[in-house]
Amino acid sequence: MTVLEARNLTKRFGGLVAVSGVHLRVDAGELLGLFGPNGAGKTTLFNLISGTLRPDEGEVVFYGEPITHLPPHARARRGIARTFQVVQAFGELTVLENVLTALAHRALTGWLPLGRYDAPVRRRAAMELLERVGLASRAGERAKNLPLGLLKRLEVARSLALQPKLLLLDEPLGGLNLRESEQLLEVLLALRGQTTMVLVEHNVRMALPVCDRAVAMDAGRVIAEGRPEDVRRHPQVIEAYLGEGEDA
Amino acid sequence: MYAVTVFTQLCIYAVLTLSLNLITGLAGQVSLGHAAFFGIGAYVVGVLTTHGIPFAPAWLVGGLVAAGFGLVLGSISLRLREDFLAIATIAFNFVVVAAFLYLPYFGGAYGISGIPKPLGNAGFPLLVLATTLGVVWFHERARASDLGLAWMSLRESEVAAEAVGVDVRRFKVTAFVLGTGLAGLAGGLYAAYIGVIRPEDFGFPLSVTLLAMVAVGGMGTLWGPLAGAFVLGGFAQAFAFVHNYQLVLYGLLLALVMRYRPQGLLGKLG
Repeated sequence: MTVLEARNLTKRFGGLVAVSGVHLRVDAGELLGLFGPNGAGKTTLFNLISGTLRPDEGEVVFYGEPITHLPPHARARRGIARTFQVVQAFGELTVLENVLTALAHRALTGWLPLGRYDAPVRRRAAMELLERVGLASRAGERAKNLPLGLLKRLEVARSLALQPKLLLLDEPLGGLNLRESEQLLEVLLALRGQTTMVLVEHNVRMALPVCDRAVAMDAGRVIAEGRPEDVRRHPQVIEAYLGEGEDA
Repeated sequence: MYAVTVFTQLCIYAVLTLSLNLITGLAGQVSLGHAAFFGIGAYVVGVLTTHGIPFAPAWLVGGLVAAGFGLVLGSISLRLREDFLAIATIAFNFVVVAAFLYLPYFGGAYGISGIPKPLGNAGFPLLVLATTLGVVWFHERARASDLGLAWMSLRESEVAAEAVGVDVRRFKVTAFVLGTGLAGLAGGLYAAYIGVIRPEDFGFPLSVTLLAMVAVGGMGTLWGPLAGAFVLGGFAQAFAFVHNYQLVLYGLLLALVMRYRPQGLLGKLG
C-alpha cells in the first residue's frame, strides 16, 4: 500500500531550482532512505511533504488524497510527523511537556481548548513514549538542558506522540558521536515495521545498510532509486559524491 | 479608605499584567501597546455611561471592542517578525491615543469626566476584586490547558509547534483576542472607578510599565505578573514624587532584568 506519493514536485527559490520534477513513492511499513550531497534538495523535499513549503508545481498525495493545499499542522494531525535537521525542542518546557504538546493534538480543535494538558491518561502515554526512547528518567528536566543526542531522541518521542502514519527524519544522526548515533539508530530500528519512515541522512555509511529502499538525489533531481546496495554503486551517485570526497 | 483606593488600583494593574502575560508571557508575542486596549475599554465605558447607558452593558461592550481591535492587531501580527511586531504595537498605541485626542466625542485633551460609578464606594472595589480573582482563575485555567501548552509551544518554536499539530496562526490570534479583551475590561473598571479619563492615561509609557511589571516579576508565571503589578505598582503609589522619572526607572529595571535575570525575579531557573 502506498502511504505517500510526491508527483512531479518542483520548488524554486529565485533562480535556483531546489527540487525539480521529483517523483517519490513511500510504501507502508518501509524504511526509505533519502541520500545525496549537500544542496541536493533533500530537506526542501521534506519541507514540501510536511507542508512547511508549498511547491511551485506538482502534488503531494497522502493515502490517495491530495494534501498539497494543507498547512503543516493539518498534515501533522493526519499523521505526518517529522524531526528537524537543527533540533527544534521546546526548550523552556520539560521533556514530558514536549511530548504532551504533541499528545494534545486531538484536543486542539476549537478556539478555546481548555481541557487539562496533563491529564493522567496523557501523562501515562507520554511516559511510555519517553521510555521507548530511553528518556523516562529525564522527564522533569527542561529540554534546553539536554545534550544533543538526547534532544534528537526527544524529537522522535514527540513525533511518535502523533501516532504517525509517516515519520520523516531529517538527519537524525547529524552532530552525534558514534555511540549516540548507534543508540538513536537502535530506537529507530525498534519502530521498523510499525511506522513508515523516510530518513534523510548524510552519514551514508551508518544509515544506508538499515534502509529497506534508497533514493539518491542530486541538484534537485532523483538520480537513482532501488535497493540500498544498488543505489550506492550507481555511477551517477558515485559521481555526485565525488566532489565531497567522503562517505559514499 | 486610601488603602482601598490603592488596592483597587493595584487590582486593575494585576488584570492588566495577567492579560498581557497571556499574550507575551505564554504565547511569546511582544506587545508594547497594551495600554491602548486598556484605553479603548475605558473610553467605551466613558462615552456610553455618560450617555445614559448602564455600566454593565457598557463594560461588556468595552471588553468586546478592545478584543475586536485585538483581533485586528493579532491578525496583522501573523505577518510580522518579532521586532516588527513590537514596533507595530507601539504604533498602534500612539494611533489610539491620537484618536482619543482628536476625534470628536472623546473630549480632546480633557478627556471624559463625570463617569458614574455603580455599586457605591464599598461595592465597586468588590467588583474589581471579583474581576481580578476571575482573571487569576482564567489565567491559571488557561496555563494548565491544551490552549496554554499550545501557546508555550509556539513561543518556543513555531516550526516545531506546527509539526505537532498546533495551528500557530489560530492560537496567536486567540492570545491577542483574550489578552486585549481582558485589558478592555480593566479599562472599563478604571474609568468607572476614577470617574475621569484622559488620553495620556493610556499612552506608551503605561505599556512599557506593564511590560516591565510582567518581565521583572517573571513572564509566563502567575506570581510574576501579580508581584509586578502589586510591588512595582505599589512602589509608584508610595513614591508619587518619582512620577516624572517613572518611565526611566521602569525602562532601566526592564533592561537590568533582561540582562541579568531574563526569566524574571520569580521565574524558575532553567
